[in-house]
Amino acid sequence: MSLVLAAFDPPYWLSTLIKVLVISAVVPTTALILGMVFLFKVMSWMQSRLGPQEAGPRGTLQLLADGVKFLQKEDLVPGGADRFVFKVAPIVVLVSTLLVYVAIPASAHLVVEDLDVGIFFVLAVSSLSVIGVLMAGWASSNKYSLMGALRAAGQLIAYELPLVLAVVGVVIQAGTLSLNGIVFAQNDGAIFGWEGIGNPFILTQLLGFFIFIAAVQAELTQPPFDMPVAESEIVGGYQVEYSGFRFLLFFLAEFATAFAFAAIASVLFLGGWAVPWLDTASDWYYVLGPIVLFAKVMIISFIIFWVRFTYPRFREDQLQAFAWKVLIPLSLVNILITGLLKVAF
Amino acid sequence: MAPQVPGLIKGLGVTFGEMVKTLKSGPQTTLYPHEKEEPTARARGVIALKEENCTSCMLCARECPDWCIFIEAHKYLAPPRREGGQPRQKNELDRFDIDFALCMYCGICVEVCPFDALFWSPEYEYSEVRIADLLHDKSRLGQWMETVPDFPAYEAGSEAKVKKVPR
Repeated sequence: MSLVLAAFDPPYWLSTLIKVLVISAVVPTTALILGMVFLFKVMSWMQSRLGPQEAGPRGTLQLLADGVKFLQKEDLVPGGADRFVFKVAPIVVLVSTLLVYVAIPASAHLVVEDLDVGIFFVLAVSSLSVIGVLMAGWASSNKYSLMGALRAAGQLIAYELPLVLAVVGVVIQAGTLSLNGIVFAQNDGAIFGWEGIGNPFILTQLLGFFIFIAAVQAELTQPPFDMPVAESEIVGGYQVEYSGFRFLLFFLAEFATAFAFAAIASVLFLGGWAVPWLDTASDWYYVLGPIVLFAKVMIISFIIFWVRFTYPRFREDQLQAFAWKVLIPLSLVNILITGLLKVAF
Repeated sequence: MAPQVPGLIKGLGVTFGEMVKTLKSGPQTTLYPHEKEEPTARARGVIALKEENCTSCMLCARECPDWCIFIEAHKYLAPPRREGGQPRQKNELDRFDIDFALCMYCGICVEVCPFDALFWSPEYEYSEVRIADLLHDKSRLGQWMETVPDFPAYEAGSEAKVKKVPR
């Protein structure tokens, strides 16, 4: 198989086209999978319900039906809105999600663009979405939207720090910013000389893992960090004025970003697409890599959504206090200890 | 005292346990159109009318808080009960409508009826496509009488007799 793929060396325009098509096919699919499996099914089970049952076998096509319904809705723009900014905002949010997918490796070669500064790139583009959210809130000419957008901006900026700082620990330990490099480092690693399961960084960076997951939860504006879209306080935040297709874009972006962050967490902490007892150079990873990564993503997503379905919403000041007084000091301590141990060993 | 599990972890345990319970022994909900839940005997589903008992006294229509009962009647002379007596004056019910689009199911009409003409029935499947079709006339209200359950027995030792539903 590697021969076939190695012989296939398309010109630049064709490879770019293929990459764009792959990304734009993968992103909605991942959003659909997460929405269907977790938002509809797992959430229902946790509330002693069954979830959708009628559309498709056991209701599996419900989200597609909902998508079609969204497409049929009228595309409303409020009277006082800044029309151009209003219409562009959801696209900005979605583009930031699309860009995150560029750097995520599904195996050593199944990656859209194998960047040397992969994790840095991912964290940089994922924070672009806050610009789209601010645009949406500002352009809607609605006080709830503006409040929601400002809350989102404050929250995303506050939680960007622990997110990055939690990643720094992993980067110090792996000695590289490349996502594939981090996978290799975990697969080749050893726990006190025992190479049975490599060295998944969740063991050494457990604190970093928890900080990362908490920060991801806040970045996704999911409960218990969903103040920007708190329907009981500000009736839906920056999404208030959006209908139909544009609302669908926000929805897609939210769930695709959840999938992307779960993928990054599994690359950083769970060994990514690699299986410990199979060498990373193996050709099996063309097929096995995506499957392994998907399985790990589903585990991390389950944790994210499990927390989402369990906890009630924070208060706004508790949110900021949690970021600045708990997560950031903890992650700084984590970096310090990791650095000291790295030098010591 | 047993060591306390921190509330956050306990909460995660609750949702996870609920998920396992749902998957193992089924949900608390029922798949409504396919399987129906039996409403309790005294559930307030729809109001049934026993037309023969109604004297058009208008008490229900007057007491109804949102004016959803419409009654029209006319007087007529019924033949005397005994030979040589006077003809009796009676009310003939022309129209008795309840607009279930307005009704708030308070049950005051059933409480206030002095002649046992109105009853609660637990039937609830009478939704309509057009809102105007929720206005049930006296024949439709009369059909609900078949679904009215018997009054439940009082607890042991009660002196009062259980009322009978007129059939």
